[in-house]
Amino acid sequence: MSHPARAAYDSIVVGGGHNGLVCASYLARGGRRVLVLEAADRVGGAAITREFAAGFKVSAGAHLLHLMPPALIRDLGLEAQGLRLAAQRLPTLALAEDCRHLALAPGDRSRLAQASAADAAALEDWQALLARFARALHPLLSQTPPRLGSEAWRDRAALLGLGWRIRRLGRKDMRELLRVGGMCVHDLLEDRFSLPLLKGALALDAVLGTNLGPRSPGTVASLLYRAAAAQGVEALALPQGGLGAVSEALAGAARAAGAQIRTNAAVERILVREDRVSGVVLATGEQIAAGTVVSSADPKSTFLKLLGAEHLDAGFVRRVAQVRSRGLTAKLHLALDRLPQFPGLTEQDLRARLLVAPSADYIERAYNHAKYDEFSQHPMLEVTIPTLVDATLAPAGRHVMSVIVQYAPYTLKGGWDTQRQTFTDRIIDTLGAYAPQLRGSIRASELLTPPDIEREFRMSGGHWHHAELALDQFLMVRPVPGAAQYQTPLPGLYLCGAGCHPGGGVMGLAGRNAARQLIREAA
Amino acid sequence: MLTESEPHYRQPLLKTPFHERQRALSQLDSFVPWAGYTTVDVFTSVEQEYFAIRNASSLYDLTPMVKYRICGADALRFLNRLVTRDIRKVGPGKVAYTVWCDDAGHLIDDGTVFCIAPNEYRICTAERQLDWFRASAIGFDVQIREVTEELAALAVQGPTSARLLKAVGLAGVERLKPFEHGAFRMPRRAGGEILMMVSRTGFTGDLGYELWMAPQDAESVWDALMQEGRTRAVRPIGSKALNMARIEAGFVLPNLDFVSAAHTLYLGTERSPLELGLAWLVDFKKGHFTGRRALLAEQARGPRRQLVGLDVEGTKPAHNALLYTERSGKKEAGSVTSATWSPTCKRNLALAMLEAPYIGTGSSVWAEIYLNRELVWERRMVRAKVVERPFFAPARRRATPPADF
Repeated sequence: MSHPARAAYDSIVVGGGHNGLVCASYLARGGRRVLVLEAADRVGGAAITREFAAGFKVSAGAHLLHLMPPALIRDLGLEAQGLRLAAQRLPTLALAEDCRHLALAPGDRSRLAQASAADAAALEDWQALLARFARALHPLLSQTPPRLGSEAWRDRAALLGLGWRIRRLGRKDMRELLRVGGMCVHDLLEDRFSLPLLKGALALDAVLGTNLGPRSPGTVASLLYRAAAAQGVEALALPQGGLGAVSEALAGAARAAGAQIRTNAAVERILVREDRVSGVVLATGEQIAAGTVVSSADPKSTFLKLLGAEHLDAGFVRRVAQVRSRGLTAKLHLALDRLPQFPGLTEQDLRARLLVAPSADYIERAYNHAKYDEFSQHPMLEVTIPTLVDATLAPAGRHVMSVIVQYAPYTLKGGWDTQRQTFTDRIIDTLGAYAPQLRGSIRASELLTPPDIEREFRMSGGHWHHAELALDQFLMVRPVPGAAQYQTPLPGLYLCGAGCHPGGGVMGLAGRNAARQLIREAA
Repeated sequence: MLTESEPHYRQPLLKTPFHERQRALSQLDSFVPWAGYTTVDVFTSVEQEYFAIRNASSLYDLTPMVKYRICGADALRFLNRLVTRDIRKVGPGKVAYTVWCDDAGHLIDDGTVFCIAPNEYRICTAERQLDWFRASAIGFDVQIREVTEELAALAVQGPTSARLLKAVGLAGVERLKPFEHGAFRMPRRAGGEILMMVSRTGFTGDLGYELWMAPQDAESVWDALMQEGRTRAVRPIGSKALNMARIEAGFVLPNLDFVSAAHTLYLGTERSPLELGLAWLVDFKKGHFTGRRALLAEQARGPRRQLVGLDVEGTKPAHNALLYTERSGKKEAGSVTSATWSPTCKRNLALAMLEAPYIGTGSSVWAEIYLNRELVWERRMVRAKVVERPFFAPARRRATPPADF
């Protein structure tokens, strides 16, 4: 290899998670020489598939693909890169201890109608309304958030566009959007529904992955956000080979566009020369020069660890330090000798997203513990059994259960080391209420607590969204004013991770928006 | 001293270690609050006190000045990112006057940084800064402790101040250059010594020193200076006389010449160091500091307004006067922030914030002065000319060693 005096790369992307890879693709397509540096031994960040017990593999972080816009998947040609979906339009099943489980969208709603015709109708209404809201809000996710108080035409146009789309909802819908936008999801559900099981299932969507309970302010906003990302049609999918396959396809797309990707290349510092980014230095001491650095790491890691407070103003640093990023979500992986029996459900039924959230109050009580640094005694769970549709993940006849668990505090009273097994048992007992023989079929288990998630996926606080998804960290204040338009106060440094608008989940829009912003600025 | 039992907001104003001595000499019993302490604004008469500053020596109690101890492995890096000057140039035994800004380049406060030892500093500020300092400390290995109550401070200012200090036994004080400090021992009358720090600093623009000592030594030091000063026309002074001297010296005061960006409520009332004419304090070459990018942009854009010195026609101080471009008073050009008749310069002086077109030396504006003549108000329009600051800068201010009166 030659060592040209000129920087070999125009842009370095720090972190090969899905946002970093999407960003690299679009930067490379924009004619830039791009290098992606990933600290782990494989790309993907928290969207990876890895072995957790001999012969058993699982999506170690996110376990469903549902937020990445189909247009983005098409545009990047992920199918051509080998992405296959093992299951699409997965139904959601709200589990009930009395086996009167409720099937929710999409699919057969006859059970819901039997349980409450009024709720079935109300659910139709609500989902139709949510879809209309989602269509109005979705374009916002694909834009650089407008600056308030700015006189630039682009900022004004974005604000006007948003206003116009909301106004176009019509008087009735617009009023409803403004009424519920800042509410807590508990109040919204009380207004519209009566079945506790239904309310629990809907509340789960509003709080999953967050540090919020159903009575926390802004939980309707997080529900709207989830709906807007999915454009109103919640299409849950299980990629063949787990979420890692999505990342592999994204990496393939980035390489095809001309980007280079290096794994086992942990960035130690972002280098600064004369108040401009000049490159990065790796943990090995290797220096790589580049005129721009785009970080998909979380804002706290990017600014406080990789860059350092001395290159930033104190007020900005304080805002970054105050970003709320305490994760409350854990992940449990179970290697199963046989498929567990869920009374009232067939094997076909289990090809679904299973929810343990019997009521909104159940979730709120589970959340109460976490407020005081305890784990939930009766946790809220989102369960998938990917091996029902994807045989590549486990030996023949065996199964993998992937469980997202709330709430597990980042700082647990007494520490996680001694209570890891206790919490694992709590989760298995909770599941046992719906699948009594589950415990006997478990061959191995793995629990990822927020500190584990912080360590493995390098996310400050172990928060899945890098920064809490709440009204005060949304849009033009995400992650903080002064870095909400993908640029940062330091010339040449950009953000492209989940800590930026429009946030986390395996969506990829933050990466694309950042790349577009960078290219636009350079033009 | 704060007691443990009462929270500070339940307590009356604190008394400085010099309080009892000052109360005994305070003929007018005129005390004003300053940073949580009660302090004297006039002892006897402003003019007498003023002339002690300019013609003899004055004692001014500056204990309420807020003081922080900054130390730790990153103390220097922390300070250099906090303030606008390059603190790398301020070695042990040196002092620097500086300002600090928020992210927008707006002034938060000014103060003096004393380098005690490598990575050990004391910073004296007008207002409490713990919140901002702590925000600025994120990412730095530095300890910040307020030491206001642990130190008594006394300013000894005036042409005979070096002689006075030598007379009380502070040998070698005459060797201190401006903005230097050192440890000195003063013989205690009852035997033994009082250890103190003396710095050649001050707020009068004259020859002068500041003495920093333990609170329990405060009265002994005061007594020695007053005793020795009986034949030297030494006077304790209040803040009113000091204010006249500091305007002559062209120094700015928070809440008079600018409002800290930490306190402004209205947009646009914040001020940058460039606007205050303190560009000489801003070192763009030293590396990053808070507000640097904003100040660079402001510098590139050019000034919108600037604090200037005015020589005002007549003898009536132009307190709070609005300034106009024409005598007709139709178009405003700015306003006066501080004003005084200067007995030494024999000029009517003011500091004023002027809009950009009028800030050049020699340009002239009109001041609208309101006079209260036995409750009959008169309005006068007088000419005010932009002149160089400082208005008064005697050579003795910098002479080392100073003249030995």
